[in-house]
Amino acid sequence: MIGVGVAYALAGVVFAAIALFSVLDRANPKRWNNAAFWGLFALSFLAGGRLGDFANGLIVIALALIGGLGGLGVSHPATTSPEEREASAARLGGRLFVPILVIPACALAGTLLFKGVKIGGAPLVDPAQVTVIATAVGVVAALVLALALFRPPLAAAPQEARRLMDSVGWAAILPQLLAALGAVFALAGVGTAIGRLLDAWLPMDGRLMAVAAYCLGMTLFTMIMGNAFAAFPVMTAGVGAPLIVGRFGGDPAVMGAMGMLAGYCGTLMTPMAAHNIVPAALLELPSGAVIRAQAPTALMVAAANIVLMYLLVFR
Amino acid sequence: MMSLLGIGVVVAGLATRLNPVLVVTAAALVTGLGGGMDLFQVVSALGKGFNDARFVSVAFLVLPVIGLSERAGLQARARTLIGGLRQVTVGRLLLAYLAVRQLSAALGLLSLGGQANMVRPLLAPMAEAEEESKRGALSNARRSLIRAHAAAVDNIGAFFGEDIFIALGSVLLVTAVLRQNHLAADPLRVALWASPTAIAAFVIHAIRLLRLDAALARDGGAR
Repeated sequence: MIGVGVAYALAGVVFAAIALFSVLDRANPKRWNNAAFWGLFALSFLAGGRLGDFANGLIVIALALIGGLGGLGVSHPATTSPEEREASAARLGGRLFVPILVIPACALAGTLLFKGVKIGGAPLVDPAQVTVIATAVGVVAALVLALALFRPPLAAAPQEARRLMDSVGWAAILPQLLAALGAVFALAGVGTAIGRLLDAWLPMDGRLMAVAAYCLGMTLFTMIMGNAFAAFPVMTAGVGAPLIVGRFGGDPAVMGAMGMLAGYCGTLMTPMAAHNIVPAALLELPSGAVIRAQAPTALMVAAANIVLMYLLVFR
Repeated sequence: MMSLLGIGVVVAGLATRLNPVLVVTAAALVTGLGGGMDLFQVVSALGKGFNDARFVSVAFLVLPVIGLSERAGLQARARTLIGGLRQVTVGRLLLAYLAVRQLSAALGLLSLGGQANMVRPLLAPMAEAEEESKRGALSNARRSLIRAHAAAVDNIGAFFGEDIFIALGSVLLVTAVLRQNHLAADPLRVALWASPTAIAAFVIHAIRLLRLDAALARDGGAR
């Protein structure tokens, strides 16, 4: 069976290439930091399954120290000038869009097709990770097409990847790190502790109060955790399940669906979320610009969501 | 109760604007130690959580392809493509993207969009070119405003679309957590009950995008 390891190996090779070209970049005063950071990230993808949990944990701490304290330099590998790009765009025309559209096309086709392919009764591709694997296949196809259509110098692929990856910088590891924080929170029993605390201190004597506490709790706790998926188990075990469903007889499906959305409103407003940090880096925006564009919508949707849950959950 | 110290670390880190990567790592260590684990157990839990979540970073695999396409003039081409359309405005362009992003995410096609593979190479340059063709060169503040809104529609469309699809992480996590709390919920009903708020989010953001057009026209002045 083809598993997600294929996609991880591919990502490992890409990050290793970025690390290698970082070492050679004498123009970057922090090149050893960059090389160590992307090298360790590559190691995690190439060998994370065999290293053991403790070694992986040491990698995480090293990545955080290099990325957060030492700091990464932003590289400026040689690329084409704006004039060259205009000329190339005029020459290539619509063909320019082919490689980047091949990736989602492969992801879509692979997700639909791979599920049915079986060899000797066993699925050819791991059904749980079909989309990730199909995306990796799409990337390889797109890379081959881009090399054939655009005919760049051979070093251009890793160098262009390095240019973009360095602009994302330390934020690249944040999504995985937040997921790991959620796992530690679950193991340490943070959810039950918060539930006890809220139960002892908040007067939960009305339905509206319970709905508002659950939804606002989801929004705020998501802003702290940077991730609604980490906040949801905590707030649902602490407030949603015992109060909205247990005491007031609400519908669990309505509560769960809308509780998660209250969390998403928090994600749109927090500087902890990679969803806000990565685009700011990719688009060369001042920090906070993406959050400012999203916050009015997030606040209005969060308010609408509380009203909707109050009206719908107790039907 | 000592496990809650980690939350304090995050809040303090946010308030002092420390690097989030450092803050999150410190919060994980403090939470585990406060919750009664020893250092070996905490570091192992952190490593396992990080390793199990590697699939989220596979999104960066597209960067070599994006970089090669940008090098060959992708953004320039995206600008020419949109510059010729008269009916298009920044707000309408972003609104169309929001609709497609939300609908495709609702069908489970999250990988059709994204900040690295759609917003940076296509949507943001198109929106900027549209504004430039109407009102000439952009100030840095206006350029940032338009780019930030391009990033925002991608996030908002994805967030309020994915939770309507039953086989994506969001709905699966909701049903799994409800089960842990001994509550039964059909994934189809969870997806269904996400839709009122999803529709509200679309309407609210659509109105804001049309008002963005009005704000751009007012501040920039028509040529």
